[in-house]
Amino acid sequence: MLNSADLQALAITLQLAALSTAVLLVLGTPLAWWLARTRSHWKPAIDALVALPLVLPPTVLGFYLLIAMGPDGPLGAFMTAIGGQPLAFSFAGLVIGSVIYSLPFVVQPLQDAFSRMGQGPLDAAATLGAGRMDRWLSVVLPLARPGYITAGVLGFAHTLGEFGVVLMIGGNIPGSTRVLSVAIYDHVETLEYGRAHLLSGVLLLLSFALLLAVYRANRRFRMMRP
Amino acid sequence: MLTGIRKLSAAMALLLCCLTAQADELHLAVASNFSAPARSLAAAFERHSGHRTVISSGSTGKLYAQIVNGAPYDIFLAADSRRPALLEAGGRTVPGSRRTYALGRLAVWSREPGYVPATGMPAATSFGRLAIANPELAPYGDAAREVLQNLGLWKQLQGKIVRGESIGQTYQFIASGNARLGFIARSQLPQQQGSAWLVPEQLHTPIQQQLVMLTDSAAARAFLHYLQQADARRLIRQSGYNPAANDHAQLR
Repeated sequence: MLNSADLQALAITLQLAALSTAVLLVLGTPLAWWLARTRSHWKPAIDALVALPLVLPPTVLGFYLLIAMGPDGPLGAFMTAIGGQPLAFSFAGLVIGSVIYSLPFVVQPLQDAFSRMGQGPLDAAATLGAGRMDRWLSVVLPLARPGYITAGVLGFAHTLGEFGVVLMIGGNIPGSTRVLSVAIYDHVETLEYGRAHLLSGVLLLLSFALLLAVYRANRRFRMMRP
Repeated sequence: MLTGIRKLSAAMALLLCCLTAQADELHLAVASNFSAPARSLAAAFERHSGHRTVISSGSTGKLYAQIVNGAPYDIFLAADSRRPALLEAGGRTVPGSRRTYALGRLAVWSREPGYVPATGMPAATSFGRLAIANPELAPYGDAAREVLQNLGLWKQLQGKIVRGESIGQTYQFIASGNARLGFIARSQLPQQQGSAWLVPEQLHTPIQQQLVMLTDSAAARAFLHYLQQADARRLIRQSGYNPAANDHAQLR
């Protein structure tokens, strides 16, 4: 069965996925809302930026992040200015990396849900005297529920399998940045194929179960727009 | 529709026959740390011999897994002696072909000029992160661990060590400034940039980079022969390695 080092990697992975998904749902909501409503000529550019992690190799993201987190990079300079710890090789750094890496998987389903509901229900609620907050809580959120389920599960599942970014900025520290995919990679490299099989199986089943949950909860789920 | 499929299969057949037509080239599988010298060696070998070479580089572990699963390489230049020995034990090599082609050397490097003294490690209190290659994966990481153990620093530095998956990634951690210093291969040491300590040989077991022949051909034998010639050995030395002692029996 899984030994303690592998269990630790699994725990780190689940924490990373959960925290990143939570951050993404909070940050993704206003962004997706704006993208679904705006007529700004910036919209195509922002759409493209959000979709970039879908097509960029994770190594490219990781490479830029590594440079950005270094002492010469903007993130590194910012952390020094506020007296914080450097982000590279830390769990916090991985969360930042994962948020960027999984951004489209959360923003796009939300954006879809928001545009599909249209302006009608909101206007109706406003006519009935519902305030801004009330409209959000009793109209938007229930209508966008399938979008939130899709966004949450996809963001979580995508972060579970994250490898290239973590490899570039993680530093493979047990108990802090050594995630499941990196542990699998190490096992393959050191010819421990048995343990690699076991961990890969865990990741495969977990990912399948999550996707199955999305498809069952949301039969009308559509694949991501490019 | 049907004609489309016919056209497609004709194209596929053409592609396949072109791919197989190149099969008499010498295909080298090279550990990443040696890929730059291997390219120069292969270019010189092509000029000398008229044989053509193709190089695939990757980590020794990955190349090993590919070879075990049937990858079509003729010679495997690994970063260690363990994987070549395993292949030999598994009967996947030309018997008697395993030999050391280069001895790897370590350097402690920082991109900051004047930081690493030429004589040893800077004080442990002066840095936050020390990068090494993962000792479980990379022979250079294993050697780095040995150096730190011999200096009595290994336990003390545990909280500061970050591990790159390869010596190439370790270099990147230091070059980007995310780690103030670290252990890299001497072959990676940039000319006149930053500061470095060339780790003396007696602080770690020699990093024996070994090769094995996977298929027996005139071209493969010619390449092994070329590696023992003076100009090949000079090139290996210029790349930051010690050439292996020239005491191997010639392949018969």
